Amino acid sequence: MEKRSLVTIADHSREKIEYLIQMAEEFERHPNRRLLEGRVVATLFFEPSTRTRLSFETAANRLGARVIGFADPKVTSGTKGETLKDTIMMVSNYADIIVMRHYLEGAARYASEIAPVPIVNAGDGANQHPSQTMLDLYSIYKTQGRLDNLDIFLVGDLKYGRTVHSMLNAMYHFNPTFHFIAPDELAMPEIYKQFCRDHNIRYVEHTDFNADVISGADILYMTRVQRERFTDLMEYERVKDRYLLKLDMLSKARPNMKILHPLPRVNEIEYSIDDDPHAYYFEQARNGLYARQALLCDALGISLDEIRNDKTIIS
Amino acid sequence: MKKQLMVAAIKDGTVIDHIPSNKLFAVVNLLHLDRMTSAVTIGYNLESQELGRKSIIKIADKFFTDEELNQLAVVCPNLTLCIIRDYDVVEKRTVTLPDELHGIVHCTNPKCITNNEPMKTHFHVHGDDRNALKCHYCNTIIKLDKIKLVEIKN
Repeated sequence: MEKRSLVTIADHSREKIEYLIQMAEEFERHPNRRLLEGRVVATLFFEPSTRTRLSFETAANRLGARVIGFADPKVTSGTKGETLKDTIMMVSNYADIIVMRHYLEGAARYASEIAPVPIVNAGDGANQHPSQTMLDLYSIYKTQGRLDNLDIFLVGDLKYGRTVHSMLNAMYHFNPTFHFIAPDELAMPEIYKQFCRDHNIRYVEHTDFNADVISGADILYMTRVQRERFTDLMEYERVKDRYLLKLDMLSKARPNMKILHPLPRVNEIEYSIDDDPHAYYFEQARNGLYARQALLCDALGISLDEIRNDKTIIS
Repeated sequence: MKKQLMVAAIKDGTVIDHIPSNKLFAVVNLLHLDRMTSAVTIGYNLESQELGRKSIIKIADKFFTDEELNQLAVVCPNLTLCIIRDYDVVEKRTVTLPDELHGIVHCTNPKCITNNEPMKTHFHVHGDDRNALKCHYCNTIIKLDKIKLVEIKN
């Protein structure tokens, strides 16, 4: 079996991203199968992340795999001083694939280099979170019918927001136009703007957030402005309410516009928007299940053809 | 004025030429010349047609490993090195920055896996003008003039 770890979406070509989206579509049609029966999936969460872990474990369970692992790093030998390498080598003896969340950046790349089984990165510090990116792309594709030539508006914390940075890396294959809406303190870092210029990706920066600014959006990607990111709390108090999405701001929105959010939300999207047809964040989270089923199968060397001809579907 | 060699010849050892004078002391530190027991001759601010002012170091009875030479390329990308045996230059080589550096430079990101696990660092040369390094693991980009070198254990 070919060993195919997933460390970052940036390793994937346009064709590979489209291939994985087609796989996710198959799983959305039939999520319950015995495709991974007899396999063991390990979920190693060196940093707690209930949402991501439940999504991966559901993906594995609905495909018939058995799941082992830990959700709380306090119960592992890491606290006794065991190296990551030793933990990975030990678990590789038991599992066919390792889904790993780690608080250190680059942990997934390192694990993929030493492990004899595939590693799926479920987030490594502030670095990469490719399964989130994959479900974002799948959500964009599902709601817009395409990934090409879209106007994507990113709002909130664009400085530290790992999901918005991964979005730039993944969407550059698809000729997007980005709009960056953020306070100066949390503006898109220069390195990512340089990335856009190097790849001829158009972008516009805004500090205002209102109905007119977002009227040209196909996708409105909201993120949380977190208090702990600010060195100057006066500045936080000044800007915190400027990036809240209110129902009346959708008055000029395009009919196809969808609101995405990686969740958890605090107050950045008004609750009255939940029932609006533009709201898509809960469906987006459900798409994570299908996207992760696709990522697990791809890492285990199961092809799209095998999934299409799968005889193990449970009605 | 008569042109002449301003630094004495050595019988066996290494001559590092064409060091920009402002990098001389970085090279001295990098190679731990202060701990050297054999004869070291340093010429500082000598005239050079190419560099204006250059520096030169001659180290008797010392031959460097590739690992040590790669370190030199990180601080001075275009050095010339001569290996001397019995007063003759037996090998002349130019040190150039390799595309990848393994175990040479520290990552500046304290949350990088390489600073928390017993493992070698790994960097890729980054940018069109090759004046930065990118961490293979955490993607941190470090300008060449801001790097911190891993100490080579002798």
